[in-house]
Amino acid sequence: MSGSRQMSEEELRRRTRALLDEVHPETTDAIPFRRKQFEHGLAWVHFPEGHGGLGLSPKMNVVVQDEISKHSKVVHHDPGASIIGIGMGAPVVLTYGTEEMKRDLLPRIFSGEDIWCQMFSEPSAGSDVAGLATRAERDGDEWVVNGQKVWTTVAHLARWGMLLARTNPDVPKHDGLSYFLLDMHAPGVEVRPLYQITGEAEFNEVFFTDVRIPHDRMLGKEGQGWRVAITTLMNERVAIGGGGSSRKGGGGIAQLLKLWKDRAEGAFSPSQEAMLRDRVTQSWIENELLRVTSQRARAAQKAGNPGPEGSVSKLAQAEINKRMWEIGIDVMGPTGLTFEAGYELRQGFSALDTTEELAKYQFLRSRANSIEGGTSEIMRNILGERVLGLPGEPRVDKDVAWKDVPRS
Amino acid sequence: MALDFGFTDEHDELRATVRAFLEDKSDEVAVREHMASERGFDPALWAQMAEQIGLAGLIVPEEYGGAGMGFVEVLVVMEEMGRALACAPFLSTGVFAPTLLQHCADEAARKELLAGIAAGRTRVAVAYAEPNGRWDAAGITLAAEGSDADLTLTGTKTYVLDGHTADVLLVVARDGDGLGVFRVDAGARGLTRTALPELDLTRKLARVDFAKTPATRVHPGDQTAAFERVLALVAAALAAEQVGGAQKCLDMAVEYAKTRLQFGRPIGSYQGIKHKCADMLVAVEFAKSAAYNACLAAAEGDADLVENASMAKAYCSKAYFHAAADNIQIHGGMGFTWEHPAHLYFKRAKASELLFGDAPYHREIVAREVGI
Repeated sequence: MSGSRQMSEEELRRRTRALLDEVHPETTDAIPFRRKQFEHGLAWVHFPEGHGGLGLSPKMNVVVQDEISKHSKVVHHDPGASIIGIGMGAPVVLTYGTEEMKRDLLPRIFSGEDIWCQMFSEPSAGSDVAGLATRAERDGDEWVVNGQKVWTTVAHLARWGMLLARTNPDVPKHDGLSYFLLDMHAPGVEVRPLYQITGEAEFNEVFFTDVRIPHDRMLGKEGQGWRVAITTLMNERVAIGGGGSSRKGGGGIAQLLKLWKDRAEGAFSPSQEAMLRDRVTQSWIENELLRVTSQRARAAQKAGNPGPEGSVSKLAQAEINKRMWEIGIDVMGPTGLTFEAGYELRQGFSALDTTEELAKYQFLRSRANSIEGGTSEIMRNILGERVLGLPGEPRVDKDVAWKDVPRS
Repeated sequence: MALDFGFTDEHDELRATVRAFLEDKSDEVAVREHMASERGFDPALWAQMAEQIGLAGLIVPEEYGGAGMGFVEVLVVMEEMGRALACAPFLSTGVFAPTLLQHCADEAARKELLAGIAAGRTRVAVAYAEPNGRWDAAGITLAAEGSDADLTLTGTKTYVLDGHTADVLLVVARDGDGLGVFRVDAGARGLTRTALPELDLTRKLARVDFAKTPATRVHPGDQTAAFERVLALVAAALAAEQVGGAQKCLDMAVEYAKTRLQFGRPIGSYQGIKHKCADMLVAVEFAKSAAYNACLAAAEGDADLVENASMAKAYCSKAYFHAAADNIQIHGGMGFTWEHPAHLYFKRAKASELLFGDAPYHREIVAREVGI
């Protein structure tokens, strides 16, 4: 998949202009335009020819983007809901799918016609995702699936789902998993919004009741699901915890400073004021150092010797962000008691018009920062073991059949 | 180190040279020997540092016989010194004094002192804090008496780094012009210097009393703004030293956690210890970001030097102290003994946190600079 073929940047730009001669974003809608872009091999240039690419280096993708935006005021970017399909679905289909799947699925992923979702996490399998319990049992040429997934982004819009299920409970956990391509419209698939502490539903729960999947929709071999899943995760473009704002004083800290400056006069005694001011300052410093640490990480990466500075950001950012929005509420004083009316149980995001509304929302939303994409506890294990070289904990589930491992 | 935070090969070489030198000549045995002496360092070793690796004249301009380096090189050396707990007058004579001379002295005074500093012949201490315990320029009250040719100082300076052993004192005090720097030589009349009994035995401070002591102003005019910049530069240098110490504490803690066995397994396999180490790692990396950022601002003469230097001193002070404290905890009973070096770092950490202003003091400066 990585480019072995050589093509000059000029040639790639010429090909992009040829696409624009045929269809132009200013006069063509997103789906038909992106279909043509796929046919020209300009969807993801690092994919093979015939599958939306030209067999080039992934670095060349920006050339196409650049050339399109040079010649068009309208740019049909990756649709937001397609992020999972494009970032994870397409690479896994390319690596493990049949020719037929590649031909049918890849153009529709890129065009945005098909939304994809990823179904790994379960209520009983969070950090320990390989311990998941959703069962797939063989019945002739089909597999019958029963169980439940959780934290599934865009499942309510999805046409296809990447499903990790247990096909053999009698072997240790990693060895008994298989990876399926699930038709989200199949009978027995039920998607329910999952309401979170902000009152909105960014994610879903997905329930499976005797859902049937044809055997040929298994990606990779039976029992190799974990390996396929790792491939998917490695391709994940969705970076959580990218290291804060790239601009000094930008992002959330700008909001906190605004809240501080707009504080009600006389709301705090001089000593309360001094304490709050110091907390705001500490938050400023932490945010600033998060930004500088990311800068250092990029420099080290560029120089070819990435060090620990790149690994600490996820953990640091989660904790810094939570602290920052706690201060945001405290700076508001009693105004923090009030919240947007009727914020409970809605799918979709609320309009956050004022800094105060945003801060109140973030005060709740930021609690997830140290849970999503690896809890802070797991991140500390990773830093301790992979960066500092400390020994791992003894694993009680390592050589035991999955069915004999205690679980909640 | 360019703007993108990459160290050059020359910086790496400097670091390797200083580290090798200190490992050879300033190991723990040497440090304990120096800290037990009243002087606090070994003059022969300081002479070697000056002659063999050019530390005394590191930032002294080449025209005065120095190496003409900047604050990125200071950062590298301070990190290594902090790591080794090196007992040497580098911060006083190698950093503070030449920086003060560069910013607040005239050509004649520079000429008189810088060549001697660079050669390792003259040790110069800066006396500015007073018994009122303030670290800012505005806290300086000592006033010179008399006129130009006949100036004297009467009063007290304290917490003077290497003040009892320096050949020359640069005293920051007031006169009709405002804040200025006054030179007092070691043998001057009415000068009494007393080593302070200290928490951190590895770095010596002194109280200096003046009684009608003759002094020379090294530059006319009010030096308040220039001196505030000097204080920021010295804070940046000290933050770099704190980074070196904090990294060493993390290294010691991790090494011990890998080898110390309890209940049949290395203690580092328990999350109680592992997560402490991970949090230390985060703090050490952030401290590096803070100190590198400050020294970069210092090297490039950035307008936001004061903000960045205070940010570094505030953050690195706490990061070092927590790393040193957690290092003791991870070493358990062993970490509480005099024999183990953990307490040397713990004491250096607290002392360097308080020296030149603690974390809340520097956060106040950040707040003022940012407009919080």
